[in-house]
Amino acid sequence: MKSLRRNFLKLSGGAGAMALAAAAGLLKPGSAWAAPWNKSAFESKAVADTLKNLGATNLIESKDITITAPDIAENGAIVPVAVTSRIPNTQSISIIAEKNPFPLAASFDISAGGEGYVSTRVKMGQTSDVRAIVKADGKFYTAVKEVKVTVGGCG
Amino acid sequence: MAEPMKIRATLQGDTADVRILMRHPMETGTRKTASGVVPLHFIQSVIVQHNGKTVLDAQWSQAVSRDPFLGLRVKGAKAGDKISVTWTDNKGDKRTDEVTVSAGS
Repeated sequence: MKSLRRNFLKLSGGAGAMALAAAAGLLKPGSAWAAPWNKSAFESKAVADTLKNLGATNLIESKDITITAPDIAENGAIVPVAVTSRIPNTQSISIIAEKNPFPLAASFDISAGGEGYVSTRVKMGQTSDVRAIVKADGKFYTAVKEVKVTVGGCG
Repeated sequence: MAEPMKIRATLQGDTADVRILMRHPMETGTRKTASGVVPLHFIQSVIVQHNGKTVLDAQWSQAVSRDPFLGLRVKGAKAGDKISVTWTDNKGDKRTDEVTVSAGS
């Protein structure tokens, strides 16, 4: 029992050092530096938890967000979704397919002065609302659009 | 190694319209075949840089479609500017491709 614990400590200590080294290597100026993947938000199964893990509280419904998506998507494996935010200083845009097993599909951090527009294609398991969460000046704005799915795309 | 991306960056006024097509299976981890469940395999992070400066830092889940498409607009771009795209998947695989912005019609 004791030796097991000791081995475990050794292993975890080693992994920690590795992670530190990797972080130091990645922090070199000029190299592409990604924000750490938001595991808790992406693995949330309920929309409320997703929002909480994104830090999105006090959502404000906004007419300045346009979600461009088909009313009826025949193939749930490819649903084109584009989000345009006309809110000044848009910092991030997240796309949530509310009835997917893991609702959060994608999250985009936009650098200062960037245009509040992203377009991509997502999978949808069934007919549901597609929600866009826009963070601007520390506040969270939202808009929804329903997409009817004929054949689910999560199989 | 992963297959190259197709990237197109076209100037419209002072904004570059960037369209990226990546090649990736984007497995959800739930798809079953005769030999069992296909393991989770998807792009987690995509970074788009304009002349070396990050303009978009995307985090994705497995819900993004196979062979993902990403469209964005880069303000203050000029013809000849460099747009580079890097993706990283959950298995640590990476791919970077670069294009120059072409003058629009």
